[in-house]
Amino acid sequence: MIANVKNKAVIVGIGNTTFSKDSGVSELSLAVQAVKAAIDDAGLKPSDIDGMATFTMDTNDEIEVARALGVGELTFYGRSHYGGGAATSCLHQATMAIATGMAETVVVYRALNGRSGHRFSGGVAGDITTADAIHWGWYMPYGLLTPASWVAMFTQRWMHNTGVTKDALFEVAHSTRVYGANNPAAFFHGRHFDRAEYDAARMIADPLQLFDCCQESDGGSAVIVTTPERARDLKQPGVSVLGVAQCAADNQEQMTSFYREEFAGIPEMETAARNVYAMSGLCVDDIDAAVIYDAFSPIVLWQLEAWGFCGYGESGDFVTDGALRTNGRLPTNTHGGQLSEAYIHGVNGIVEATRLVRGTSANQPTKAVNHALVTSGVGIPTGGAILGKMN
Amino acid sequence: MTTDEQEAIESEIYAFVGQQVYPPTPAADDVNDAMIRQWAEIMGDTNPAYIDKDWAASSIRERTISPPAMMYVWGQEGFQVTKGRAPNAMSNLVSTFDRYGYTGVLGTNVKQEYFKEVSPGDNVTIEMIIDNISERKATGRGTGYFFETLSTFTDQHGEKIGTQRFKVLKFIPQEQPAAAATEDKLDVPTRIASPRGHDNKWWWEACDDGKVLIQRCKSCGALRHPPRPMCGECNSMEWDSIESTLDGEVLSHTEIHHPKIPGYQYPLVCAVIKLAEGTNLVANIVGCSPSEVQIGMKVKGVLEQIDEKTMLPQFYPAQSGLNP
Ligand SMILES: [Zn+2]
Repeated sequence: MIANVKNKAVIVGIGNTTFSKDSGVSELSLAVQAVKAAIDDAGLKPSDIDGMATFTMDTNDEIEVARALGVGELTFYGRSHYGGGAATSCLHQATMAIATGMAETVVVYRALNGRSGHRFSGGVAGDITTADAIHWGWYMPYGLLTPASWVAMFTQRWMHNTGVTKDALFEVAHSTRVYGANNPAAFFHGRHFDRAEYDAARMIADPLQLFDCCQESDGGSAVIVTTPERARDLKQPGVSVLGVAQCAADNQEQMTSFYREEFAGIPEMETAARNVYAMSGLCVDDIDAAVIYDAFSPIVLWQLEAWGFCGYGESGDFVTDGALRTNGRLPTNTHGGQLSEAYIHGVNGIVEATRLVRGTSANQPTKAVNHALVTSGVGIPTGGAILGKMN
Repeated sequence: MTTDEQEAIESEIYAFVGQQVYPPTPAADDVNDAMIRQWAEIMGDTNPAYIDKDWAASSIRERTISPPAMMYVWGQEGFQVTKGRAPNAMSNLVSTFDRYGYTGVLGTNVKQEYFKEVSPGDNVTIEMIIDNISERKATGRGTGYFFETLSTFTDQHGEKIGTQRFKVLKFIPQEQPAAAATEDKLDVPTRIASPRGHDNKWWWEACDDGKVLIQRCKSCGALRHPPRPMCGECNSMEWDSIESTLDGEVLSHTEIHHPKIPGYQYPLVCAVIKLAEGTNLVANIVGCSPSEVQIGMKVKGVLEQIDEKTMLPQFYPAQSGLNP
């Protein structure tokens, strides 16, 4: 069965806070600022919001955000689990709520003090309070306790299987940073970056070096989603959700699915891709540009394969041929990605994908962007969405 | 401490704020390759930007640079300090604290900021002042004051290279309980243990006893790891276990470089290992250099006491003869 959500929900507002290494304010303040920016962008009032979707990891309760903004009544609130896998899952929640009439206007938000507060790079060793503590216990005693180390384990095997080299990882790291250098909101704005610097950077977890890893950031991002009827009366051109899916695949763990017959792959993203294409009636050739979740450079490569831009093991050649660059087959992470704009758990990616369809990216490709892909984190239950111009 | 005493010490110590500890003093030696090489070697920093002249010549800088963290090194006084130093604002401040009974001393943190790079041939000038002194604080070590020095580093052109803030706690030492010695022993960091719950406790207890077990479904015989309460093949909740021979093959591996966690020994290699029984296990590879670890490599595991609290399977290259 194919879910019937195409064109039922439309992104009408986007907002980011300033991204920094030390916000000096609470996460709630960041959330409220991001949501307010998105509401203003849409030309709405806080009281127009009747639904909220965020991450289970987010510390900002919907009712606190609502109270701070003066939203009033909420008739829908839904949270998505699994770290960065939740980025488009929140959009998925919002879309379902709007398509079914549970809410009319839903804000998706995520705000974190990811550098000055809890740092993901610190690993899972700290104050684990979640129910999956036992899961992490299979890795902590051995020292395998950071996101970089888990992704490194997959990367090593995938490179071994496919023969893809660091040249491809560098191309992801570099093309993204070239975009970031041209985005005033990005950490890498105005910064030169080259292969020598990439190669000289410290090793984090073999084969991942510093510049294969994303920023740690303080900041917030939000998007407003509503019905097509409502969207037509608003300030911005509507950006429709054409398809959105989430998937947890067989034998899934959070970041450590090492127990599959072949673990150098992301079957959860393959299933999500298949479903998004089916819902939207689109195929890979219809995708003009993309925001592909990039906590680490190699995960972009695996997603290019999962979404069918190339076959298994072919993403190295695909990117080194220049596909991700501004005149390439698939301009990707044009905001600078999480590698160089900021790491807001992928919600800044939904903001950028919306801009790509609106035609307002800091690095807008010269070709028309009718359909933009946006994805969530890798190694966890995840998903993605295709956005397009509202009819 | 009475209010009078507090007023007395504070009137003395706060007078030190802003005083110069060292006037601007050029380092005895220019920035040089020999010191950089030795420092990098000791720190284990192999960045070619510091030590490889040929590489550096072709980099955007066109020459080697001094590691920024060495900034403070250039002005160090050397062996002469064993003969004592002339009194300065900092030593006078410290004696003032001591006089009032704040004899405890604890360096709490150092914060460096970098503005400009220097290269061999440059000369670093250091100036230090007492930048600030906190209000009286109750700390875990005892009541005291934090004071912070600010060192400013400039090059021979008078341009600022960086700054260093060094914070020290001077405190009235508390009576140490008799058990302190034992507590110190327990403070040696160990590896982070898995939490033990209903579904995994038995596995870790077997590990403590020197065995790696694999959970087995009593109904269909399927092996599963990590343990869970129900068989995904037949939904039976009845299970027992078998002991692994710990013969295995490396499916993937990574050497952990950063961050280094207290209680772990580096170099540290983690690997996914396919056990001969058919299930996969994550563990460490030891007994060879990290660069020798390969996918497909045959390994043999043994249970080892890693530290006071930790028993873990560790895997050696199968034919190395190193494993007991
Ligand atoms: Zn069974």
